[in-house]
Amino acid sequence: MSPSGADAKEAPKYTKKDFESDQDVRWCPGCGDYAILSAVQKAMPDLGIPKEDIVFISGIGCSSRFPYYMNTYGFHTIHGRAPALATGLRLARPDLKVFVVTGDGDGLSIGGNHMLHVLRRNVNVTILLFNNRIYGLTKGQYSPTSELGKVTKSTPMGSADRPVNPLAFALGCGATFVARTVDRNIPHMEETLKRAAHHHGAAFLEILQNCNVYNDLAWNVMYDKEQKVQYELRLQHGKPLLFGPADDRSAVIMDGVVPKVVKAKDVPESALWTHDERNVNAAKLLADLFAPDFPIPVGVLAAVEAPVYEELMLQQEQKAISDRGPGDIAKLLTSGDTWKIS
Amino acid sequence: MSETATPATGVSKSLKELDRAVIRFAGDSGDGMQLTGEQFTTESAWAGNDIATLPNFPAEIRAPAGTLFGVSSFQLQFGSQRVYTPGDRLDCLVAMNPAALKVHLGDLKTGGLLIVNTQAFDKRNLDKAGYAANPLDDPTLAERYRLHKVDMTALTHEAIKDLALNAKEKDRTKNFFALGLVSWIYTRPLEPTLEWIRKKFGKTPSIAEANTRVLKAGHAFGETAEIFGEHYAVEPAEMAPGLYRAMTGNRALAWGLLAAAQRSKVPLVYGAYPITPASDILHELALHKRFRVRTIQAEDEIAAVTSAIGASFGGAIGVTGSSGPGVALKGEGIGLAVMAELPLVIFDIQRGGPSTGLPTKTEQADLMQALYGRNSESPVVVLAPATPGDCFYIAYEAVRIAAKYMVPVIVLSDGFLANGSEPWLIPDPATLPPIEIGFRTEKDGFFPYLRDPATLARPWVRPGTPGLEHRIGGIEKQDVTGNISYDPENHDHMVRTRAEKVRRVAQEIPPTSINGPATGDVLVVGWGGTYGAITAAVERTRAEGKSVASIHLRHMNPLPPDLGHILREYRRVLVPEINSGQLVRVLRAEYLVDAVGFNRVRGLPLASEEIHEAINQLLGSQA
Ligand code: SF4
Repeated sequence: MSPSGADAKEAPKYTKKDFESDQDVRWCPGCGDYAILSAVQKAMPDLGIPKEDIVFISGIGCSSRFPYYMNTYGFHTIHGRAPALATGLRLARPDLKVFVVTGDGDGLSIGGNHMLHVLRRNVNVTILLFNNRIYGLTKGQYSPTSELGKVTKSTPMGSADRPVNPLAFALGCGATFVARTVDRNIPHMEETLKRAAHHHGAAFLEILQNCNVYNDLAWNVMYDKEQKVQYELRLQHGKPLLFGPADDRSAVIMDGVVPKVVKAKDVPESALWTHDERNVNAAKLLADLFAPDFPIPVGVLAAVEAPVYEELMLQQEQKAISDRGPGDIAKLLTSGDTWKIS
Repeated sequence: MSETATPATGVSKSLKELDRAVIRFAGDSGDGMQLTGEQFTTESAWAGNDIATLPNFPAEIRAPAGTLFGVSSFQLQFGSQRVYTPGDRLDCLVAMNPAALKVHLGDLKTGGLLIVNTQAFDKRNLDKAGYAANPLDDPTLAERYRLHKVDMTALTHEAIKDLALNAKEKDRTKNFFALGLVSWIYTRPLEPTLEWIRKKFGKTPSIAEANTRVLKAGHAFGETAEIFGEHYAVEPAEMAPGLYRAMTGNRALAWGLLAAAQRSKVPLVYGAYPITPASDILHELALHKRFRVRTIQAEDEIAAVTSAIGASFGGAIGVTGSSGPGVALKGEGIGLAVMAELPLVIFDIQRGGPSTGLPTKTEQADLMQALYGRNSESPVVVLAPATPGDCFYIAYEAVRIAAKYMVPVIVLSDGFLANGSEPWLIPDPATLPPIEIGFRTEKDGFFPYLRDPATLARPWVRPGTPGLEHRIGGIEKQDVTGNISYDPENHDHMVRTRAEKVRRVAQEIPPTSINGPATGDVLVVGWGGTYGAITAAVERTRAEGKSVASIHLRHMNPLPPDLGHILREYRRVLVPEINSGQLVRVLRAEYLVDAVGFNRVRGLPLASEEIHEAINQLLGSQA
């Protein structure tokens, strides 16, 4: 659903070009961000929203340069705070379509608290989290999604902290839309982006992104042809969790309350796990699956409806106004206990 | 009190005229002293007096009963002439328990009225207060003060013995006995309190009945008991005619924002995280959604300021409020608003620090933080209200300046102004200056950092305006185009431009009003909540025939354009502050004047007596 006010206006027929700004793109050549930018620009016309009603808000980091390259309204803010800023923007302007562009460091380290609360409040924003498992802009320190033991400039003997799983985090925060896509899978990225952008409420989309300079092929399991066939689990609502080569399909099933991988042919159809986006508990189990023991789910893990923060707040405002009329400062000043001195 | 209290002599119940009195109610946190003080204030307002109040309570919500640090008090001064401060020394102290007596007795004038609730002076409470023996048995207490030992607890229970309330509920009403008694002593009308009881306890008639009876019992006790020989009248003050109400600083800040929202016809978003002593602003604003004022209780101080910035970016008025520790956390966000050149208002209700410091006590030590407490060259406008009621005008002015100059404005209030109240002449909102917000919609010739030649403000564009799509951010940008720029000369130019923009706010500042002669021996320069204490001290010194004047700054940055000239018209400049010398440093640096500070940092307002002394010392030292 598009934001309320934007519905009223008819959007012109846009093409990708309409969303390209006049700024030179300044990411490293070969960076995964280029593909994401292109996919976002391509997905924009599909929203049917006039481009003046679209705002991109970002924090700090390579990904956060994004707004400069979109020919919409944009605000490149400070490290980690984009979700909080977007919350204020939505409360002031519920008629705007707001995107938040962030990274694993920006969104899950310095801005982890704001990410928690924007999701919990279910503010109507589309959050694109570019996860490259590294700090790129500061030249290669490990990030909160880097694997344990990651050797970087700041961790010459390997990192000692365990990574956070963005999808599990988002679901734990009560996110109403959680999805994952991959920078090198353009059609999937476009399709998932559109789903996220159309969600009513806070949509959290993790985009596995390659930083070819500081963490090249961190997601090789999703790039390498052979491994991809082996591990990619395409989530489709109402379809069973099947993955692997066409001639040798595997399935994720539930063994009691524990997910388990089996050969598809070894189990009856009734034992298969059918993906249901409305089942948040199931999504929480899916979020934790990863190679090599499990396949890697991509697509929409969960999509549910819940009250939207700014809509509730504005309903209260409308109710206050319709019950008692608009505020009048002259009346307020003279209300209650007053006395006259002549 | 201008007249010396004389010991009571008989039962004549003579009525004596006073021109002012200072009273403090003190007791346990649970004794309802704040309410008692507030009600006494309302009664005095009805009596037409000018008033200043000083609530003082522990940081702990439920401090252990009977302890010294659990003592809560409410002081007020009321008078038939202008009252500038809550008063220094007490004419009357009501002590509901031994701890309250111990903490506050030192402030009572010799010969002052001391009223104690005897039943609270039991072994346990005496132990907790650290009294080895009952101080009420010490004959010197009654020699030094006009001591009245009243068993308020027993008298309270007696007055309502037939009511179906439990002992605890009955006990809780004893503060109204004290209120009734002191109301009789100072001939205050009971009507406002009776009215308050009716409203407050309308749904619980038995509690209403109990409070009413106990209040009246206290009053009657004063009238009939043999111990009170006289009582006092304080004539109505000569105040400007008009409609008045009691106003606290926090409420005034909130209402100033409401006035600004209504006048500007733009929604206002207030982002805040709960913090003492600023939370009441959030509570107050949350009550007034009809003004299109939207409050966010943010997840932290940083989200509070950035959500306000997001709102400003969207074309609303973004405001955030906190106290010093919270404003420290907001620093980077404020810097973003400086860079993005968006309007933003930040309230800093100063409290004792550093760190957690004295959360419920007042201080003026955030001036440097407001002026300089951010990375790099990050100039903002800083305003400071002088009185609780002035907070209304300052909040309104902050919004007006922020929107006109596209700049952050910090308002430095403090715990004393926030909770203190004064009778406030209600203004006609139509007389407030207009807040003109003209969002840019014209496409031709648009650039995000195009500047208004008079204010240097860049255009404010609401997202949603076709053809003006643009990007802004915290990175340095080229002037006019707003494109990212790392060019050295451009950066230097932008640093100067941002500073010049703030400097130009000086054109908004009215001529400084001088209290006293335009030239003379000593000029006292104050800012913030010390206004009353300074004014009273200066007027007293002048009454002694000395050549002393004062000015009170409401614009801390930029400073008033006429200030440099004024400072040079006096031989000495004295700057009293509740910090270790912040404004005085600014004045010395800006104007090369040999200003000296008078500094006390006790978490309490400055006393006019000590300022008076400091002025005299300075006068003496130059002779
Ligand atoms: S450092 Fe990495 S993430 Fe950043 S632009 Fe270069 S390749 Fe992309």
